[in-house]
Amino acid sequence: MAELPTATELTTVSQPPTDNVLTVRGLTKHYAGGSRLRGGRHSVRAVDGVDLHIGPGEILGLVGESGSGKSTVGRCVTRLTRPTSGSIELLGREISGLSERRMRPLRQDVHIVFQDPYSSLNPRMTVGDIIAEPLRQQGLRSRRERVREVEDMLERTGLRTETRSRFPHELSGGQRQRVALARALIRRPRLIVADEPASALDVSVQAAILNLLLELRQQLNFSCLFISHDLSVVEFISDRIAVMYLGRIVEMTTRERLFTAPQHPYTQALLSAAPVPDPTVARDRVVLRGELPSAAAMPAGCRFHTRCPVAVERCRTEDPQLVGVTAAEHRVACHLVDPVHGGPDISTPRSAHVDHPA
Amino acid sequence: MTALLEVDHLGVTFRTEDGPVLAVKDMSFTLNQGEILALVGESGCGKSVTAMSIPGLLPTHGVARRGSVLLSGRDLTTLAEHELESVRGKEISVIFQEPMTSLNPSYTVGKQIVEVIARHQGMNRRQALGRAVELLSMVGIPDPRRRCASYPHQLSGGMRQRVMIAMAVACDPKVLIADEPTTALDVTIQAGVLEVIRTLCRELGTAVVLITHDLGVVAEVADRVVVMYAGRAVEQASVGSLFAAPQHPYTMGLMGALPANALRTKSRRLAEITGLVPAPVDDPDECQFAPRCGRATAECRATRPKLAESRVDHHVACYHPGREDDRG
Repeated sequence: MAELPTATELTTVSQPPTDNVLTVRGLTKHYAGGSRLRGGRHSVRAVDGVDLHIGPGEILGLVGESGSGKSTVGRCVTRLTRPTSGSIELLGREISGLSERRMRPLRQDVHIVFQDPYSSLNPRMTVGDIIAEPLRQQGLRSRRERVREVEDMLERTGLRTETRSRFPHELSGGQRQRVALARALIRRPRLIVADEPASALDVSVQAAILNLLLELRQQLNFSCLFISHDLSVVEFISDRIAVMYLGRIVEMTTRERLFTAPQHPYTQALLSAAPVPDPTVARDRVVLRGELPSAAAMPAGCRFHTRCPVAVERCRTEDPQLVGVTAAEHRVACHLVDPVHGGPDISTPRSAHVDHPA
Repeated sequence: MTALLEVDHLGVTFRTEDGPVLAVKDMSFTLNQGEILALVGESGCGKSVTAMSIPGLLPTHGVARRGSVLLSGRDLTTLAEHELESVRGKEISVIFQEPMTSLNPSYTVGKQIVEVIARHQGMNRRQALGRAVELLSMVGIPDPRRRCASYPHQLSGGMRQRVMIAMAVACDPKVLIADEPTTALDVTIQAGVLEVIRTLCRELGTAVVLITHDLGVVAEVADRVVVMYAGRAVEQASVGSLFAAPQHPYTMGLMGALPANALRTKSRRLAEITGLVPAPVDDPDECQFAPRCGRATAECRATRPKLAESRVDHHVACYHPGREDDRG
């Protein structure tokens, strides 16, 4: 190796070393959109300036609606796609610009689990081969050792040893998702990106998969970026939660704070829209006007102002930054957050109800 | 009060190459005017097949149907196809999960709504168009006159589902069947669509059969609930009674598995239902949930428990139902 420090090494030296498993700064991913025939070429800003970090053993929930860019963040972090700009540090190493080949040895540290276990497993491979694939791809271990590791993973994920010779079509959705988890974890990655891992499953099966994920984290101590649209699932599983809207994180804080004192008007609306499985709960719902604007025609100023019930003039012109107004660990991108009262009250007829932290 | 819709001992069997599939074994329920009845259950429990057999939307070939479906006293299962056509859209209409595939992509939404009105109500085109605009504004579509000229692809998912609802209620149907109407939608959009369904029910007196797997949605909109398991109703109750004290172990399991339940009890583990749903190949005389049930006894494996009234407005098919103090 070269004796001179590289640029990335220099920057890590100049900054206080963090023990974060993942640090993302200013991440953007733009796609070329529009039709060439009709002349309207424009870029779709799927992810447009995202900062986040995940500590060791931590689960960060990334929640947002369709089109918010949450899956694109997951694909950038696992380098299944190359980000347009920004930095992604995995265990202190910058991976955002690495070539496919340079990325390959680092893939042992990050793995992804997809939503649909029907399309993410090769139908022509046996379960044993699927789980062993990350080892085989990199020419690791002897055949016999691979078999032993596969059996270990089958046991950890609650599958019977005989499952090894089965094909994916012989398994139920829940079993397939266990196989996907076994494959993701066989190289003991430090980070798992779980993109809606339980959303395609029935509630009783979903419960088993979420329990398994928590159990495995306990055993193997990996960190997790957990992407989901389901608020109750995210609330259950996450340590911290980031809320995305149109390519940006609009609020990020601990699970407790997000659910007891949400500050961003979008977070408040999202929480109030989620159906509660209890008919006795009184519902005073804030229904958002309008629809999600297109990521190809981003609104100026705050990107939520077109649907925000409390937007003021400043919101239409000035883009708010993600900052901690009431507490350093509670970061919100909203002009209306007040250091004393917290987030704005979006249900105007009622008086202020937001619990403001001391 | 006699019920508007009465489904009596409905059974549906599909003949397939691999033998018969008993999708619905024995379903009976009633629906009153202006009521929202939810059919709840997991994939494969037969909830959609039950609902689709009400307006006769199942394929006629390779399907064996038993039992009767009475709409205001008239048995729909005995009607010929051309008679059913005048029932569908007029007396019973259906909205599906995926609004993009149920709208015709090559006609404007206005034209598609006008077609329904013209077919069943004999209005001329101008009157029908006026009615279409009225319907679109009723389901909360802004600028409905302009939207009439839009094609489905120009609308968002939530808007399309509103168009579907407008089309479904165009002829003032007595019964609206909604098959997972909000499953494909985001929560903020879902909230609006559920609101529309609830309002229609209240203002037009439409009765709704809502098929869903989401207990949150059930708690939000339903008046009564039928919980299905393996082609049968295992519990039937008013929404308040069901959520306050579920009695069938399967219903209790479903509610326990919700993250909301673990959050309420501050548990870091979700309750699971072990085992798998039985394959729909036969119909043994036993409780089909018994292999997965913690309360099962020899009795459960010997004869099938019948759906019986256990409390006021609460029916359960179980020999060992939960009591009110069971829920932790």
